[in-house]
Amino acid sequence: MVNKTFTVIEEVGIHTRPASILVQAASQYKAEVNIEYNGRSVNLKSIVGVMSLGVPYGAQIHIAAAGADEDMAIQGIEEALKSEGLGEPCEVI
Amino acid sequence: MRSHLKGIGASAGIAIAKAFRLVEPELQVTKQRIGNKDAEEQRLRQAISRAKEEIEEITDYVNRELGADKAEILAAQTLVLNDPELLNPVFERIRTEGINAEFALKESADHFISMLEALESEYMRERAKDIRDVTKRVIAHLLGLSITDPGLISEEVVIIAEDLAPSDTARLNRRYVKGFTTDIGGRTSHSAIMARTLEIPAVVGTKQATSTIEHGTVVIVDGLEGEVIIDPSPETVAQYEAKKAQYETQKAEWAKLVHEPTVTKDGLHVELAANIGAPVDVNSVLENGGEAIGLYRTEFLYMGKDRLPTEEEQFVAYKAVLEKMQGKPVVIRTLDIGGDKELPYLELPKEMNPFLGFRAIRLCLDRQDIFRVQLRALLRGSIYGSLRIMFPMIATLDEFRVARDLLLEEKEKLQKEGYEVSDKIQLGIMVEIPSTALMADQFAKEIDFFSIGTNDLIQYTMAADRMNEQVSYLYQPYHPAILRLVKNVIDAAHANGKWVGMCGEMAGDPTAIPLLLGLGLDEFSMSATSILPARSQISMLSASEMKELANQALQLGTTEEVIELVKSGS
Repeated sequence: MVNKTFTVIEEVGIHTRPASILVQAASQYKAEVNIEYNGRSVNLKSIVGVMSLGVPYGAQIHIAAAGADEDMAIQGIEEALKSEGLGEPCEVI
Repeated sequence: MRSHLKGIGASAGIAIAKAFRLVEPELQVTKQRIGNKDAEEQRLRQAISRAKEEIEEITDYVNRELGADKAEILAAQTLVLNDPELLNPVFERIRTEGINAEFALKESADHFISMLEALESEYMRERAKDIRDVTKRVIAHLLGLSITDPGLISEEVVIIAEDLAPSDTARLNRRYVKGFTTDIGGRTSHSAIMARTLEIPAVVGTKQATSTIEHGTVVIVDGLEGEVIIDPSPETVAQYEAKKAQYETQKAEWAKLVHEPTVTKDGLHVELAANIGAPVDVNSVLENGGEAIGLYRTEFLYMGKDRLPTEEEQFVAYKAVLEKMQGKPVVIRTLDIGGDKELPYLELPKEMNPFLGFRAIRLCLDRQDIFRVQLRALLRGSIYGSLRIMFPMIATLDEFRVARDLLLEEKEKLQKEGYEVSDKIQLGIMVEIPSTALMADQFAKEIDFFSIGTNDLIQYTMAADRMNEQVSYLYQPYHPAILRLVKNVIDAAHANGKWVGMCGEMAGDPTAIPLLLGLGLDEFSMSATSILPARSQISMLSASEMKELANQALQLGTTEEVIELVKSGS
C-alpha cells in the first residue's frame, strides 16, 4: 500500500468540480484508492462518497492506494491535484 | 377538447406549435420479488446506460450553448452513474435478495441523499438534489417512463410547465422553443423576465396549463393578450397566423427607429435604456436601439455557482459590458441578494420576511469581504466606458455614506497598487423604499443620480408581497400614492441638478409612460424588447401636455381613475 498526504489549496474545498477531477483520476487505475479526511475514509472512485466528506479549503487529506498499479495511481492523483490547482503534497510530521 | 386559458402576457408575440410538457412524472417504486436475477441486472445496466446517454447529450448542449462551467455540474452526474459505492450494493441486493432494481436503487440513493442532507453545509445539502435527479432518471427508465429535459428538444414546440426554474430557462433552445406557458408566475417573475430577454412569447400564471394541455397537442400562445388556445380549429390557426404577421410588421416598423434618438413631439429628449443580467444581453440592447444600460443586475454572476465570483471574474464581466456599449452609459447595481434571490453557499439564516430582511446593501455592509471585492472589480472596470455605480435598497442616508466611503477607500487602495481608475464614475442609489423616496431632497445633495425601482417601491408602499397571488390586486403601479412618491424624487433631484431614471417594469409600460414623461423622468430603463415600442409611443406624445396630464393624475383618488385619465388624454 502507498500513502500520501496533501493540503487542499482549492479555495472552495472539494466540491463538485474538484471531486469530479479526483474521481476521474482515481478511476483510471485498478488499485483500490481511498481518501481520508477528519477520521473518515471513503472510496476515491465514488463521487458521492467524496462529496459526503465535505472537505474544506486548507484541510489535510490522506490518499491511500493498494493494488498492482498503486504507485502509478498515487502519482496520477498527485498530478491531477497539482495541475488543477486543487492541492499540494505536504510533509508528514 | 378545444378550449382556452387566460393568463398574464409576460412576453409579447404569438407562437403556434405542439405542446411539450416539461412535467416530472410521478415515480411509484414498490418492492417486488423478481425471478430472473440476470435479466434484472441487465435491465438495470440498460437503464443506467440510457440515462448516461441522455445526460451526455444534455451536457453537450449546455457546453455548446452556455459554456463549460455550466456543464460541469452535469458532468458530475455522469460520474454518479459510475459510482461503485452507490451501484455495487444495488447489484448485490438484486443477486442476494432477489428484489427489483428500482427499489434497490432507490434505497441505495436515499442512503447517500440522507447522508448529504445531514451535512452542515447548505451547498452539500443542495448536492443531494443532484443525486436524486440522476437516480430519478434511471428509475424512470426502469419504470418505462421518461424524464423530459428542455435540452433534448429537437422540434418546434411550446413548453408547458408549472413554473420554469432559472436552470430550465437557461437551457431552452431558441431555435426550437417558440413560446411557453406556465401555471404560476406574474409579469415580474423570473420566467417572465427571461422570456422577454430571449424574445420568446410567453403567457404565465394560467393556473391550469399543466392540468389541461396534453403533450403533442397544438397550442397557440398569445403573449400580447395573455391567452392560450388549446387544440385550435384551422380557422383559429389562420386568424392567429394573420395576427402574428401583423405583429411582425409592427415590429419591423419599430425597427426603423433603432438608430433614432428618443424625442417627444415637442422636442424633449429622454433616454431609453435597458435592464440586463449578463454581458451577452448587451447584443439585444444594441439591436433594439438602447441608448444606455439602466440596470445591470450583477446577481447572476453570483448565482448558479458553488462559491462567490472572484474579483477577476467580475472585472471581466463589467469590462465586457462597458466595452460593448462603446461609451454609452452603463448603470451597474451592486449585489442585490436576499428576498427571492438566494445564494445557497452563503448559508444565510431563513427569515420570516425575507423582503423586509437581510438583503442587498444591508448584507453588503455587513459582509464587507464580499462587497469590497465587487467594488474593486467595478473600479478597475471603470476605465473601459461610462460607468455609473448604483447601491440597491438604500433606506437611510447613513447607509449610502458608509457604502460610498467603502468605495472611496477601495479606489485609493487600487490607485496605490498602480491601477488606473476613472474620475468620472457617477454614484447613485436605487429608490425602492418609501423612506428614501420621502427623503429624496436630502439624498439629492450627495448622490449623482436616482433610479426608481418600482417593483419593490410598489410592494413596500402598498405593504403587499408581490409574490403572493392573493394580494396581487394591491400591486398598482398607477396608484396616485406611487405617482406622488415618484414626483417627490424627480422634483428633489431636478432642484439639485441631478437626473432620475426608473428601472422597474413600470418604465416600459405603455400606460405609465405618458405619466412618467409628464412627471419629468429623465431615463426609462426596461426590457430591451420594450425600447422600440416605447420610442414610437414617446415620439407621438407632447411633454408639456403630459405634464398637465400627470398633474391631474396626482389629484385623483384611485388607480382606475388614473387609467381612465391616461386612456382619454394621451
